[in-house]
Amino acid sequence: MKVQTPRLLTRRTLATAAMSVAVLAMTACGGGSTESATGESAAPTNLAEGGSTTLTMWVDAERAPALENIAASFEEDTGIAIDLAVKDFAAVRDDFITQVPTGNGPDLIVGPHDWIGTFVENGVVAPIELGDKASEFQESAIQAMSYEGNLYGVPYAIENIALLRNADLVPEPVGTFDEVVKNGEAAVEAGEAEFPFLVGLDPKQADPYHMYPFQTSMGVPVFAQNEDGSYDASKLLLGEPNGVEFAKKLVEWGDAGSGILNSNITGDIAKEKFNAGESPYFLTGPWNVGAAQEAGINVAVDPLPTVGDQPAQPFIGVNGYFISAQSSNALAANEFVVNYLTTEEAQDAMFEVGGRPPALTASFEKAASDPIVEAFGEIGANGVPMPSVPEMQAVWADWGSTQLALIKGSAKPEEAWPAMVKNIEQKISAG
Amino acid sequence: MPTTELTRTPTRKQPRTLRPSDSLAGLLAKIILLGLVDAFAVYVLIVLFLQEKWAVLVLAAGVTLLINWIYLRRGGLPAKYLAPGVFFLLIFQVFVMVFSGYVAFTNYGDGHNSTKEDAIAAIQSAAQQRVPDSPAYRVTILEQDNEFHFLATDPDGGVSIGSAEEPLEEVSNAATDGTGKATGLDGYRTLQFNEVLANQADILALSVPFSDDPDDGTLKTSDGSTAYVFSPTLEYDEAADTFTDTETGTTYADSGQGTFVSEDGEELSTGWKIDVGFANFAKAFTDENIRGPLLEVTLWTFTFALVSVLSTFALGLFLANAFNLPNLRGKKIYRILMILPYAFPAFLAGLVWSGLLNPEFGYVNNTFFGGANIPWLTDPLLAKFSVLLVNLWLGFPYMFLVCTGALQSLPEDVNEAARMDGAGPWKIFTSIKLPLLLVSVAPLLIASFAFNFNNFNVIYMLTDGGPRLPDTTVNVGATDILITLVYEVAFGSGVGRDYGLASALSIVIFFIVAAISIISFRQTKALEEIH
Repeated sequence: MKVQTPRLLTRRTLATAAMSVAVLAMTACGGGSTESATGESAAPTNLAEGGSTTLTMWVDAERAPALENIAASFEEDTGIAIDLAVKDFAAVRDDFITQVPTGNGPDLIVGPHDWIGTFVENGVVAPIELGDKASEFQESAIQAMSYEGNLYGVPYAIENIALLRNADLVPEPVGTFDEVVKNGEAAVEAGEAEFPFLVGLDPKQADPYHMYPFQTSMGVPVFAQNEDGSYDASKLLLGEPNGVEFAKKLVEWGDAGSGILNSNITGDIAKEKFNAGESPYFLTGPWNVGAAQEAGINVAVDPLPTVGDQPAQPFIGVNGYFISAQSSNALAANEFVVNYLTTEEAQDAMFEVGGRPPALTASFEKAASDPIVEAFGEIGANGVPMPSVPEMQAVWADWGSTQLALIKGSAKPEEAWPAMVKNIEQKISAG
Repeated sequence: MPTTELTRTPTRKQPRTLRPSDSLAGLLAKIILLGLVDAFAVYVLIVLFLQEKWAVLVLAAGVTLLINWIYLRRGGLPAKYLAPGVFFLLIFQVFVMVFSGYVAFTNYGDGHNSTKEDAIAAIQSAAQQRVPDSPAYRVTILEQDNEFHFLATDPDGGVSIGSAEEPLEEVSNAATDGTGKATGLDGYRTLQFNEVLANQADILALSVPFSDDPDDGTLKTSDGSTAYVFSPTLEYDEAADTFTDTETGTTYADSGQGTFVSEDGEELSTGWKIDVGFANFAKAFTDENIRGPLLEVTLWTFTFALVSVLSTFALGLFLANAFNLPNLRGKKIYRILMILPYAFPAFLAGLVWSGLLNPEFGYVNNTFFGGANIPWLTDPLLAKFSVLLVNLWLGFPYMFLVCTGALQSLPEDVNEAARMDGAGPWKIFTSIKLPLLLVSVAPLLIASFAFNFNNFNVIYMLTDGGPRLPDTTVNVGATDILITLVYEVAFGSGVGRDYGLASALSIVIFFIVAAISIISFRQTKALEEIH
């Protein structure tokens, strides 16, 4: 027990000195960061002595207020305060990875499930055992939070894209993308709209995430999935023969073809145009629904239109809570995550602040009284988790820039798509 | 030097008395400041002591003693002035550089993030998997003779007790609460939640054998109230330093690359940081991904830095000259307007300009070019031009400031003399003002070159290096400069971030910039000699 030695020593020698206050604070914080080497305990004379009284949780500014109530009730029950440290979302993943090994990282962090692969690779996250509680969550959420046979996070929200429709321009939902385009073009011809269809594309990287349902509908997933739903990163499926067919579609829809996809339309522009009523369709997520309704658009949420003969599966992103592998307060952290953050109350609170469908089935059913949440939930049930394997990081850049080149008509599908697959395979094997 | 002053007797007249005498306030300030520094140092030393970081502790103690010695002794005035600066230089510059230098010789990055012990602990923790379909036990933590026990209630209400040494054994005389959960046993003390917390490291490490057969797994808890039967999928053999798969028998041995690898090359997920010598530098010069586009990127980096410096300097100088006219009205307002772009964060400007330059919806095309579809950021040549233009917009205010200051400090009589000799304004500018100006501005131009050489923000936010070059496997574009190439190679295109390679490449860039700066500074000395 490394912990005990300095604590006893300081108590004896510095008890009356003014600095002993600081010392005790130190032992309290630093106490558990030195892990116990064995299961044996060194004469616990007073069992209640020591132990941390604070859990630190890294959270972004938007979610922090929603967690305050549940943190307060945890403190009331256990005497342990939750310090909700607000961090910049863009940097929080990398900060967590670099700080956990130093012992200065937080006990808990909030984030999306696709961080897990990198977290595990870096040994910074601890497995969580939910036990029977796992069955109270939606299956896809638990599946997304699992990695190599372990559960690493407690999910609270699921998000995925859907097709938003301006019901004033097009009253009825349709099933295929061809029909969507036809309706859209009819609205444009009638002078009711300016764009037949909108999706936000990054002018530098296009947007494979939003294009993914079209791609899966043509039978071109990124990686093969194992029986349990996890991804097999050694089997890249982008190169399936249908990949080139999908690439041809991108050219057909792009600048060289019908112009349905326009790489000049960024996410912000697409949102602005849809909210101004200038398009009947907008392929996006629940995060843009509120603003559209406020702008007076009669929003309907349609299932994702199919291009090929298979279902159009979007990526689903699952947000959740993770426990640091080096938390000095792991038992309290587990208690909080497993027994408090899984409650309906906690999941409801997160829904109210984010508007994303809750991962807990009971909370979801309550939230689904809103038809928009229900529709997104149904579409998500059909989706596949965004791969959390570290290999996915090698996919994005080439995937995006190739799609962009195809949409702009500056690349030939028969050459660009296989070249992209070869590049990605090389990067993965070199990784 | 308050101590000297106070202890000096009036009769000891020395030349030092010519210095302004120190006051009591000065002495107090010194005591308070030094006291604060020492208090902080003691605090740091205690922290280091508790964390058992002996090398840093000795270093910190040495530095503290040195600081006290410098300020408490008599004399040594230069040291008193220099000490704070040197101290911060060491911490914020030298340490950072030495640390990046060190990282360049390791494989630090995703997958190699911490020590081997951490990696082994992480693999072991991930390997503990719940036995499928095993029940959840409600547990109470008991203590007897300083040893912890689980009092486990199974879903059917059966109660058993066990510890690290004794496998689970059924008991019948346990006290239970209203839900049927066993809460206590004669001869044992039940731990309260705060006691459980205080001893959580031991309780989390406690694994109670399910039966005499180790294959049945062990009971473990992670929250102190529920326990499950776990059995490891991998077992670590400390003597051999290998992991063995309990199901297939595959062994994973230390590969020497900071990972555990099986014979067929399968790696365990978590690796650790090791020293790799010059491997990163070797990779920097041999990796196809870097070598391929390197020439093009290097050429463009020099062009970008040079043109940026010259264009911003030319525009800044021109405007400074124009707004330096003595009889110009509203000079102050103009000058403030000129400086505005300087107050704009570069990364924000990059984003705003990338919106303004959108071919179809951008302000520039719609307003100035009548809605023409000019691909400012997506055509390779135009993108280069746009990057330079935005950097000119961002950079000229600095040059304007510098030149205005330098112009105002030029002696007016030289101008007058030149005018008397019949020189026109252009002649005065090129033969008198510019050479005089360059003496003071040239070092700043060199600094500006070094800055633009590594001007990451503008490139990253405006074009992200794009449009991508055809025929390269690495994600490199027409406007990528060396530093964005480093970023792309080290963080953007592989299966994870590679701090080691990034540091090695940064060091290479550092040497390029340092060499250019040294040569240029030599040249400016020649300039001063002319003057």
